[in-house]
Amino acid sequence: MSMKRVFKWFWVWEFEKEDMWLNSMAADGWTLCQIGWCTYWFEKTDPSAYEVRLECRKPDEAYISFVKDTGAEYIGHMMQWLYFRRKSELGHFELNSDLDSRIEQLNNMGRILLPIGILNLGIGLMNLRYNGLGGINLICAGVLAYAYGRIQGKKDELQRERQLHE
Amino acid sequence: MNGQAALTEAVYYILLSLVTPRHGYGIMQETERMSNGRVKLAAGTLYGAINGLLDKGWIRSVPGADDSRRKEYALTDKGREALTWELDRLKELVENGEIVLGGEA
Repeated sequence: MSMKRVFKWFWVWEFEKEDMWLNSMAADGWTLCQIGWCTYWFEKTDPSAYEVRLECRKPDEAYISFVKDTGAEYIGHMMQWLYFRRKSELGHFELNSDLDSRIEQLNNMGRILLPIGILNLGIGLMNLRYNGLGGINLICAGVLAYAYGRIQGKKDELQRERQLHE
Repeated sequence: MNGQAALTEAVYYILLSLVTPRHGYGIMQETERMSNGRVKLAAGTLYGAINGLLDKGWIRSVPGADDSRRKEYALTDKGREALTWELDRLKELVENGEIVLGGEA
């Protein structure tokens, strides 16, 4: 079986871009089969044989087996990101279709980013005060704050839409 | 609050399909069938809604009929009450819509 490995980095707010990239790979006949730290393994399949979806959620056994029961395959998880795929012949594959669950997805991301961001800010400020070496943590805190802002922006947009329809 | 707020479309169809006990995938299929393919419940959305409805006591889990691994769910009396209330609310929406727009058509 033909396989290939690709190293790629996506920022946390680029999950839609990551989803699109994985599905354009699948459309070309390279379907995600394993996931690692910034590393994607693809196996050769028929073009567009699968649809791939990722989502931010605790990798909880009950949930994973629930999704598998709907005909999907569980590829794996990286931190709080779960990756699934399903044969296209079973129809369009979605994990979170309505606005409420898409908002909940963004809430999950925010809940992960906020404490790490605050932690980095705290460590950065302490180091800066006592040994002048807080730079790296402060940069991390900055990136996380930016990510949080991007996530909140997407959430606000969905919530405005939610006021009009589901 | 028992059914005093509008149900989401997903919740409405989940409750309606559980008049007969079904497992998760069965709920998806029945919803798609009833809505002529318009409403497709996504797995994550359905999972969240099922847990919320179990907490509310509108549905309960029952031992699966075909194999013991897959959980099945069934509507409770409380769930049926919420569904009836929602149906009345929807009727009111349709009636008012028809009164106002009916003459224009």
